[in-house]
Formats: sequence, C-alpha cells, structure tokens
Amino acid sequence: MTVLLNVKDLRAYYGQVQALHGLSFSLNEGSLTTLLGANGAGKTTTLRAICNMVRSTGGIEFDGKPLNNRSTENIVRFGIAHVPQGRGTFTTMTVEENLQLGAITRKDNAGIISDIERMYAHFPVLKQRHTQQAGTLSGGEQQMLAVARALMLRPRLMLLDEPSFGLAPLVVRDLFGILGKINREDKVSILVVEQNAQLALELADQAYVIETGRIVMSGNAKDIANNEEIRKSYLGY
Amino acid sequence: MELFTNQVLAGIATGAIYACMALAVVMIYQAIDHLNFAQGEMAMFSTFISWQLMQWGVPYWGAFVITLALSFVAGIAIERILFKPLAKAPVLTNVAGFIALFAIINSSAGLIWDFTIKQYPTPFGSSPFLGSQLISTHQAGMIGVTVLLLLGLYFFFQYTRIGLAMRAAASVPESARLVGINTSWMIALGWGMATAIGAIAGMLIAPVVFLEPNMMGGVLIYGFAAAVLGGLTSPFGAVVGGFLVGIFENLAGTYIPGVGNELKLPIALALIISVLVVKPAGLFGRQIVKRV
Repeated sequence: MTVLLNVKDLRAYYGQVQALHGLSFSLNEGSLTTLLGANGAGKTTTLRAICNMVRSTGGIEFDGKPLNNRSTENIVRFGIAHVPQGRGTFTTMTVEENLQLGAITRKDNAGIISDIERMYAHFPVLKQRHTQQAGTLSGGEQQMLAVARALMLRPRLMLLDEPSFGLAPLVVRDLFGILGKINREDKVSILVVEQNAQLALELADQAYVIETGRIVMSGNAKDIANNEEIRKSYLGY
Repeated sequence: MELFTNQVLAGIATGAIYACMALAVVMIYQAIDHLNFAQGEMAMFSTFISWQLMQWGVPYWGAFVITLALSFVAGIAIERILFKPLAKAPVLTNVAGFIALFAIINSSAGLIWDFTIKQYPTPFGSSPFLGSQLISTHQAGMIGVTVLLLLGLYFFFQYTRIGLAMRAAASVPESARLVGINTSWMIALGWGMATAIGAIAGMLIAPVVFLEPNMMGGVLIYGFAAAVLGGLTSPFGAVVGGFLVGIFENLAGTYIPGVGNELKLPIALALIISVLVVKPAGLFGRQIVKRV
C-alpha cells in the first residue's frame, strides 16, 4: 500500500502558543483514517496545518511532494479538499453556485456539469434546493453541501473536520454512510477528525488518537474500538 | 408636470454617476472592508489622462478605451504596492493610506495639468434628446452608458467563473482559499475594476462639472451617501442608492422653498441620515452578525 499523506514531527503555533508538539502520522492511499481526541487536543489544528492555514514546522508530504511553504489555494490544486469546521458554506450564494465553486480550479466544463448531476444523485435534497441560498439550508443539508462541494474538486484526499458536529444522530448515520460509499466507490482517501469516536471507529480502517498535540495511540480502527482500556481513558465511552 | 419630469430625468442622469461611484466604493469595501476616500481622485486622474490623450489627437472613444485599460492596471498596481502590505494593519493605518493617496493624486494632477478649469468634450452632443426639452443628449448618454455598464457587470458576476470566484472571495475568504481561489489576486482585480468604473463616471460627469483636480469632491460625497443609503454590503443597493440620491437632490433643490443649489447637498445628506436611523444597514444591506 502506498502512503498518500505523510506528516512528520509537525509543530504548529497560534502566535506564541504552541498547539502541536511534534506530531507524526501517515495515511495510505484509499484509506479512511480518523483522528480522535478530546476538545483542544489539536485535531483541527492538524488539518489546518496540512492546508497551511496556521503557522507550522515539520514535514508534510503528499504523494511524495512536500506541501510546506505552499499557499492554501495551491495545496488545494494537488487534489486536497478540506471541509472545515462550521462547513465553510458560501451562505449568500445558491446551492448550485456552491458546487460550481468546489470545481473552480477545474477546466473541464462537461465534467463539471456531469459531476454536479452526480452530486445531486448522491444528495437528492441538494437537487430540490439547487436555486436556494445555501444559508437557508438546515445544518445537515449544509454538511451534505460541504461534502459535495469538496467532492467537486475530484479530490484524491478529503479532510473532514467534525462532520457530525451539531447534527441529529440519524443525519450523522446517513452522512457517514455516504462518506463510506465515497471512499469505497470513488476511491477518495479520507482523513476525518471526530469527537464522536464510536461512530468514526466503525467507519474508519485506520485510527490515531491525539492528546495535547501529540499522537498517543495508533492502529487498526477495530483494534482500538475493541480495546476497553483505550476507550475508557481516551475516548470516553 | 413638465418641470417635475425634467427634474427627475436630470436626477437620474447625475444619479447614474453617483451609482457608478457608489459601486466602485462598494466593490473595494467588500474586498477589504475599508472606504476608499481616494476613489474620486482616482477617477479625476483617469479623466485627465483621457483629456490628455484627446489633446494628443486620439479620438474620444479611443481615448475612452485606453483610459479604461490604464485605469484598470493602475488600480491593480495601487492595491499591490500600497494596500496589500496594509492588509493586516489597523483601520487607522489604512485610513492614513487612503488620505495620502488622495493628497498625492490631487497634487500630482495639479502639478501636471494645473488647477485651471478645462472644457471636456461630450461624444453625445448637448442638443435636446430626440427633440424633447426634457433631457439633453449628453444626459441620455450618461444614463445609457451607465445602464450598459451595470448590465455588463451583472452578467460578469452572475455568469462567469471569475465573477463567481470574486464574489466567493469577497463573501467568505477562508472558504474561497479552500476551494483554490487566489483571494489576494481577486482583491487586486476588484481594485482594477473599481478604478475603471470610477474612470467611466469621471469621463461622463466631466462635461457637466468641467475638468479640474477638485471636480470629483462633491460627486464622491454623493457616491458615499448612495453607498451608505443602499447598504455598503450590496452592489445592487449602491446602484439604487445612487439613482435615489440623484433624484432626491434635484427634487429637493426645485421644490423645497429656500433650498436651491446651495443647500442641495445638506438636504440629501439629511435624508440619508434619516434612513439610516430607521435602517442602520442601509436599504438593501445585510445585517452582519458577528459571533463574539
């Protein structure tokens, strides 16, 4: 299996405050990997550092190429789609415009049009609302839109920051089902950050546990889910 | 009744210019959250360039197009050189930057072309429009050019990829970067377009107010008023605000006893303040809710 994303000794800073203290992990091509941890452990910061949205040092390699010192908009062009916490919806624009923006770096117009139809097939509710302002969608619909927008890039890697946040349990089940399908059928590698550890471990194949800016545990998702000690001390269920 | 129609049409004509200035102000405000106090001076300088080109023998529309291109490039250059480095600076630093730009452009124009008033030609002529006494051909031309410009901008922002990218960059910059938009260049592009729009306003109003370095002072105040009235977050509102301010200014000058030409400006501004007391975000502005 080839390594798609390799993060080595990552340290990140907000002003003078250090948020990541030498974090290392890797993600295999085609895998669905999850980063778990409590509030403030550094999960979001890790994703932000990959996209150079926070000051960091250390090595980040994507498909063998270093990402350090590239601007966020350039990193996107490698095929890395980041769905930020809070979904990053363009709330004043229509659903369809949001999808078009996801593909703004692509030049193949016919492919973009067919991909929009494909997203409507994945998420029928978006088709019903395609002319509606995105800000008027419900939280769950906006999360669907954010995932669809990210897929419009035809990404090789999708970074998802707490997709379950603020959603009803049933909606979360739905969404995670779709993520699994995208991972299997469209061969999109996924790195998902979650507080809902139980659900994320069911979905993922690989898992890492972060505590105060360091990786404290890693391994096969099933093994971690089955290890009662880890569950109790780090994952709280 | 004829006087009324006449005043409304004349108001629409000058309102078209206020609409252009307001639009230029709003475009930059949406991109960088600052009011460009130098917008009027930039428009004045562009107008002088077109005048100079015509002095050198370039025909009107040739000079018009060349001036638009030069203004577009100059707008981008001003953003890259002066305001990009100030992007993370406090508000007052930016205000100082705008005032400096105002003074530099104003004095340079005075130095190069001196402060005497110059005639500026109109390509439309100043005879009555279609034989009617209501409006002159130049006024009709002002309205026509502005309407074409607004339609063009509407199609650009609604139906082109780069227009979509510019709107995205202005509304949620962080998300725009995450879909791969170079937001920094979108801001520069916004400056270029705003400067070109200002140049159109300057060239259209110059035959009316005559060409001199302080010609845009009053116009920019009306433009600001229009932008605030319509809502600084809404390009559509800015345009509507421009036309409303133009019409109201004329009607107040004609019908309110004792107002006349001298008091037109304060009356128009008083109207705007009254609107803002009721609707602080302007007629079409969005209430910005910030999480604290």
